[in-house]
Amino acid sequence: MRPVSYNIKKKPLEADISMAEMPEGHQGQGFFATTLDNVIGLARKNSLWPLPFATSCCGIEFMATMAATYDIARFGSERVGFSPRQCDLLMVMGTIAKKMGPVVKQVYLQMAEPRWVIAVGACASSGGIFDTYSVLQGIDQVVPVDVYVPGCPPRPEAILDGLMRIQDLVGKESLRRRNSEQYKALLESYGIQ
Amino acid sequence: MALSNEQIKEKLVEKFGDQVIGFEEQYGMLSFQSAKELNLKVLNFLVEEATLQFRFLTDLCGVHYPDNKGQEIAVVYHLHNMRENVRIRYKVFTDSAQPDVYTATGLFAGANWMERETYDFYGVNFVGHPNLKRILNVEEMDYFPMRKEYPLEDQSRIDKDDEMFGR
Repeated sequence: MRPVSYNIKKKPLEADISMAEMPEGHQGQGFFATTLDNVIGLARKNSLWPLPFATSCCGIEFMATMAATYDIARFGSERVGFSPRQCDLLMVMGTIAKKMGPVVKQVYLQMAEPRWVIAVGACASSGGIFDTYSVLQGIDQVVPVDVYVPGCPPRPEAILDGLMRIQDLVGKESLRRRNSEQYKALLESYGIQ
Repeated sequence: MALSNEQIKEKLVEKFGDQVIGFEEQYGMLSFQSAKELNLKVLNFLVEEATLQFRFLTDLCGVHYPDNKGQEIAVVYHLHNMRENVRIRYKVFTDSAQPDVYTATGLFAGANWMERETYDFYGVNFVGHPNLKRILNVEEMDYFPMRKEYPLEDQSRIDKDDEMFGR
């Protein structure tokens, strides 16, 4: 027997199927009433399709996050798409050189609304250690970012935490947000539309 | 018979006399320089001379020596004789105010991108180059980043978010 062993304790099955939390609402016999925002938010947040834009070591951590040990599928995000047209969540992981900036923006533009962006790691968030002429000092210079994950690179747990925060934002987002003046002003400040 | 550094030096001195200078040997590799106007003649001689045959351009790069007034920028050619497996290093120096050097693209097709890179980082103007534009950096860049003429930290930069870095 090796001195250290993992997964040796039997874990009882808590539930056959994991269920999403039910939104607040009124219910009685044969009916349940809630707001459309809540229902759509529930559906969206548990079926996010991530688009990984991995350029360096943070991408390797994301690969671990996708694999069995950390398993991003537990959050309904196992369907990693490699076409921006089908994806909801742009995950930028790694150093983005200034020359790569327009590519990130292009990928963002090709995604359909509603779309979210998560900047994983110090480089994507702020340029990180690359305080230099050739590196973009944070992807928020070219696209709006919803969640920043700190770390160099962040552990898979941190990436999962970022994803859960995105889920939180998605679940609580008002259906009118994307038509609002503030949102238009935000996109306009990036020269989009 | 293997080609020795002495033989290479003899051949060069025989052809160019005192126009080739600064012969030195570092880690067994011969290095020399000449005036920048001679660079094509010297390179052509190194390629075509029957005993030398330096037909492969391994690398072409720039170096900036800011204290070397009037000769700030060096262009370094690394050449390889594949048959004898001998390498040499050839340098020309130019003024950073007017860094014009003749292009080696006529001799080596591979010099095309290397010269673009050297232009990109040091601003060396390769006269006669077919497509001298930036290759690695963004096209909007209006300076030559590898020149040693900038402070270590540029205080006028606005693309760095000070809030995140506590500066």
